Amino acid sequence: MEFDLEFALETVGPLLMAFLQVTLVVTVAGSVVAALLGLIWAVCQRELPTPVRLPLSWVLDVIRMTPLPLQLLFAVAIFISFDGYRKFPDTDVETIGMILGVAVFAIHYSTYMAESYRAGIDSIRQGQWEAATALSLPRSRVWRAVIIPQALRATLPSLGNWAIAMFKDTPFLLVILVPEMVAKAKQLGGASYQYTEVFTVAGLIFLAASYPTAVLMRKLEKKLVY
Amino acid sequence: MSTDTTSPGGSTGDQPRIVMEDVSKKFGKNTVLDGLNFTVARGERVTLIGPSGSGKTTILRLLMTLEDLTGGYIYIDGDPLTYAKRGNRRVKLPNKEVTQIRKRIGMVFQQFNLFPNMTVCENIIEAPVHVLGQSKDEARAKAADLLDQVGLRDKIDAHPTSLSGGQQQRVAIARALAMEPEILLLDEVTSALDPELVGDVLEVLREVARKTDITMLLVTHEMQFAQDVSHRVLMFDEGRVIEEAKPEVMFNNPTHERTKQFLQAVL
Amino acid sequence: MSDFFQAISDYSPYLWEGARVTLALSGGGAVVALVVAVVLGLCAISPVAVLRVGSRVIVEFFRGTSLVVQLFFLFYVFPLFGIDLPGMWCGIVGLGLNYGAYGSEVVRGSLNAVAKVQWESTTALSMSWPLAVRRVIWPQAWGLMLPGLNNLMVMLVKGTAVALLIGLHDLTYWVEVMRKDPEVGLWIAYGAGFLFYYLIALACSSGLRLLERRAQRRLGLAPSKTRTTRATAEAVA
Repeated sequence: MEFDLEFALETVGPLLMAFLQVTLVVTVAGSVVAALLGLIWAVCQRELPTPVRLPLSWVLDVIRMTPLPLQLLFAVAIFISFDGYRKFPDTDVETIGMILGVAVFAIHYSTYMAESYRAGIDSIRQGQWEAATALSLPRSRVWRAVIIPQALRATLPSLGNWAIAMFKDTPFLLVILVPEMVAKAKQLGGASYQYTEVFTVAGLIFLAASYPTAVLMRKLEKKLVY
Repeated sequence: MSTDTTSPGGSTGDQPRIVMEDVSKKFGKNTVLDGLNFTVARGERVTLIGPSGSGKTTILRLLMTLEDLTGGYIYIDGDPLTYAKRGNRRVKLPNKEVTQIRKRIGMVFQQFNLFPNMTVCENIIEAPVHVLGQSKDEARAKAADLLDQVGLRDKIDAHPTSLSGGQQQRVAIARALAMEPEILLLDEVTSALDPELVGDVLEVLREVARKTDITMLLVTHEMQFAQDVSHRVLMFDEGRVIEEAKPEVMFNNPTHERTKQFLQAVL
Repeated sequence: MSDFFQAISDYSPYLWEGARVTLALSGGGAVVALVVAVVLGLCAISPVAVLRVGSRVIVEFFRGTSLVVQLFFLFYVFPLFGIDLPGMWCGIVGLGLNYGAYGSEVVRGSLNAVAKVQWESTTALSMSWPLAVRRVIWPQAWGLMLPGLNNLMVMLVKGTAVALLIGLHDLTYWVEVMRKDPEVGLWIAYGAGFLFYYLIALACSSGLRLLERRAQRRLGLAPSKTRTTRATAEAVA
């Protein structure tokens, strides 16, 4: 087996294209939505009465403890059962796959991010709540002006880290046939059994994107948390 | 306590126990010790006093090889501890040799530092069994004796976290003694204790001083204790010894102005 | 509800077969991952520079290049070099290496979290590095690393669903088959699927939680409530 450098270089273009058009889009959109949802879950778990809070916590646990591929297939199956493909005839299948993918990734990782927010909120000293109460601030204002800004500081690096984890999970989109980078690599390599080259390039692209980001998060963590 | 040592350097009986030669220590740009020279004789008990940051604790940590020596040499019974002179060169000794000599030294820390994953007995016999190769039974019997000495025989199977600070520190002393050290380093051993617990710990150490000929180097703020047990007191300031005297002289008639100020502040 | 149990009993041989694959991947992957995590974690704190750097490079490589890519290397690339592992072994090795690398970060972090003065005590007692680690540092770090390893174990169980991508018939596969059966349908099939994975993950997690409690009792500590999400997020990033 020779490593066909020329072929490897040829695949860089199409793989980067798939990376930018699908992998990155899903990661960024998924992370943003997950960060918002996670915050909502975390606040709900503090504010809602127990009879609502417990079922919510249980549902979040189930989502966090079951596999992404299963959830992706589930989302597509629901979409099919509501006859979705016929209702949106103008939207192409790949776009629908991506939208479903973003939704599933966002919900899945929001359960992790909720835990990070909770830890951040728990780390705020009781005195902050008491001071806000002493000023007769309304509850919503306490959250927005006092608690969330402080909690965010401690939570931000964790959110970033979960986003990186999500990024590395994007190849799971393969199970619902979304043409992200690894799917593209498999397709390019399969034509001539030149898997070594394509997966090396795909791996390197992952490494090149995730390693610097992870290092950045570690620096951020040192700066913000300690 | 056995005093004969067979060492590669072929030490003799009249050699000083500890020799510090031109010792200096820097942390980054901060010079803590600067060209320090002093010797400690066999069986001598020396107290180091001085304001915080004057380098007393650093000396103990250098002797215990917890810190790396920036310059100079330390000799134990004539054997170089971490660095040796080879002609004009100063060479770092291999870990194996350092370990051999280090076994003659024991240390008790300010924060006790017992191992929380072991019982009192296991804390004491751990190193004798696994470092000195004693049998478990032998080490256990000795641990019981040592616990007798420190008045904690009934705590032999207790968990360190269930003991008071003073009790933990007495176990730590027993743990250090179980290694039969020739030199015992005591680093502010009562500073972390509640005042009412200090007495028991000092009493144990007085006993050790009375009954054994272990060479001791103490850093302490308990001046009465220092006067009672030590043969000599060294006053430190800014990494140097500025005054040296017998305890009754040092505490009653200090000559150096800095010593007077310091003693006035602590006594 | 009776439909649910009817469907499960109709499909029980298949679900059992799928669960067997999922459990084998989880168990095998966990064993490999634990070995990799401990070895790399210890190398990362060893006094030998070569080991430290080597472990760093390996860990960053496996953390950085996505589980699926690593699995495809084992499944598609290795055969080209004459190493033709059966799918199950690809899964076990792939999961083990990837989660092992994550786990080594947890192990390293926990070993480093043991108080520095504990190391100093071992020096004062002339203990060697291996002795100090084995008898003093590791037993204390063990209790600290269990929550993080627990989180990773749950992730590993979920990760077994990559089996689908290398043609193994695991739980997820059979849930999809059930779903396509009009007699069963979407909700029952996926209800069963989510329940199975949840129970497996819960069982693993509760088991490790018991170990954690025991470890903390041994250290004389009260059971902690911390779930160390920050450490986990850092490890998997």
